[in-house]
Amino acid sequence: MGKTITEKILAEKSGRDARAGDVVVCHVDSAMGNDGSTPMALDYFDAMGGGKVFDPARLVFALDHYSPPPSVKTTQLHKRIRDFAAAHAIEVWDVGDGIGHQLMIESGRVTPGSLVVGADSHSVTYGAMNAFGTGIGSSDLAAVMICGRVWLRVPETIRVTLRGSLSRGVFPKDIALAMAGILGADGAAYCALEFSGDGVASLELEDRLVLSNLTVEMGAKNGVFPGDEATAKYLGREFQPISSDRGARYVREIELDLDRVTPKIALPHHVDHVVEVGEAAGTAVQMVYLGTCTGGRVRDFHQARDVIKAGGGVAPGVQLVVTPSSRTVLDTLTRDGTLGDFIAMGAVIVTPGCGSCCGTCGSIPGDNVNVISTANRNFKGRMGNSSASIYLASPASCAAAAVTGKIADPREFPC
Amino acid sequence: MKIEKSAYVVNQQQRETAPKRFESSCVMLPIDNIDTDQIIPARFLKTTSKSGLGDQLFNDWRYDESGAPKPDFILNKPEAVRAQVLVAGDNFGCGSSREHAPWALVQFGFRAVVSTSFADIFRQNALKNGLLPIVVPAAIHTGLLATPEAVVTIDLAEQTLTLAGGTKVEFPIDAFSKHCLLEGVDELGYILQQQAAIEAYEAAHTLG
Repeated sequence: MGKTITEKILAEKSGRDARAGDVVVCHVDSAMGNDGSTPMALDYFDAMGGGKVFDPARLVFALDHYSPPPSVKTTQLHKRIRDFAAAHAIEVWDVGDGIGHQLMIESGRVTPGSLVVGADSHSVTYGAMNAFGTGIGSSDLAAVMICGRVWLRVPETIRVTLRGSLSRGVFPKDIALAMAGILGADGAAYCALEFSGDGVASLELEDRLVLSNLTVEMGAKNGVFPGDEATAKYLGREFQPISSDRGARYVREIELDLDRVTPKIALPHHVDHVVEVGEAAGTAVQMVYLGTCTGGRVRDFHQARDVIKAGGGVAPGVQLVVTPSSRTVLDTLTRDGTLGDFIAMGAVIVTPGCGSCCGTCGSIPGDNVNVISTANRNFKGRMGNSSASIYLASPASCAAAAVTGKIADPREFPC
Repeated sequence: MKIEKSAYVVNQQQRETAPKRFESSCVMLPIDNIDTDQIIPARFLKTTSKSGLGDQLFNDWRYDESGAPKPDFILNKPEAVRAQVLVAGDNFGCGSSREHAPWALVQFGFRAVVSTSFADIFRQNALKNGLLPIVVPAAIHTGLLATPEAVVTIDLAEQTLTLAGGTKVEFPIDAFSKHCLLEGVDELGYILQQQAAIEAYEAAHTLG
């Protein structure tokens, strides 16, 4: 019987047959901890009698949730991570370098066919690179640090077949939200989501990162893309892709005609509370957040900038917050003039990192404020104020709201 | 009405051991998709100390803007302090991977959460921190929610949840997690016990 991409990677990494339902112990190619999860992992590491790290080259710590740290306590957490890393020769991505997930991709730590874990739920992002990426807890990270392995139950796979290509004004975030609407918050619980179909070729690697990133919002264990020319273009080299076999077993099949996908929006306070952006049109917003591991890449900022420029700038009373997902993204935006455009628009520019996404640093929305964001979660209190309401949409939809001061269809603007 | 911390700190001491068999009343929270931002908001993650996290459990539901407990919220009722079982809606624990979430539940005094389904990372984190994620069929779940005063018995060795009327419901748990919880060993400790067998296996099956 044929295998899915996920079964193939887990078979390779465990040295076993690895079929859905099997429990396998896998070699971990790379592991990432951030400043939210790592301090606790270091406690577990000590409690487990850690001593020496199995292979420091396969580990990296990202200081991204408190970037920059807003308090003495968080500064001390950073110090603890830096001290441990220095003692064990582990790489640290420091404050301002960017979000761990973005850096895992940029740095080349995630390669096609690799098995990569992160002590952060959005580690599913790595699947865009034709890899197995999944989130683990802090105690799991401590165990990986000690033994270089992780045990996993091989997930069943749901195949998502994408057809055609997106229409003007519609973006990868809209595909992901459409999927969340179809599957619901637990529709892919402990399943792999495997993307396939001719529509995959219409998406650049940066686009695929958006889709893989959001698969955890449907409960998925991982969200994996095939490897193709777009993957090779991003990597700058040829590679051996991991493909699913004919006859591989899928527990569910979903087909999405990309030409028919329209701009979507997730209403407060659930990611799967998805409607057409037009249905929420007219709702006043006071804060627009562009950033995060979902929507903080160069393409996202270009899409948003184009809409705001075409619309004549940011509406009075709207706070526009821009947080690039990495220093490289910030550097690119600086060199190509996009950052200057945002500054001229009156945007608040925040140090690369997670920023406002989960209320750990950056701008916190005020009481009863409506926020529209390119992020991945809109749970009550997510951005640090439980009286704020968070709407999730594409960068272009967020930009349309910035221009008009209310939720609007981005197709009303040239984009 | 402010709940005294000491009320569940006392309970906490007997709960540091793995939850093998116990009888308890339940706290009902019949809401689906309770995410880890609700269980413990990110702004309270600046600590790696477990103590005190129980105070912030469901913080934004539990306290008003001035920090005073909301009397209507179920965790602020006196009977909640004694309960060791939380019954919650589908897909409990979705969202961030933060391991503070099971900690906060354990610190409050919970030893088990009963639902129809759990988010994957939360389930794993719970098992590693002595909190049992118990999946029951929808009909049992509905029945439990309809009897808020019910006292249930949970037996890990038997893998059963016994309802007030005596009905026994089996619940699934992987053999490995069960072993670790019953024996009080962590996963790594277990793997290290098997070191010789692993090395023999690897010698015979080169991973390449």
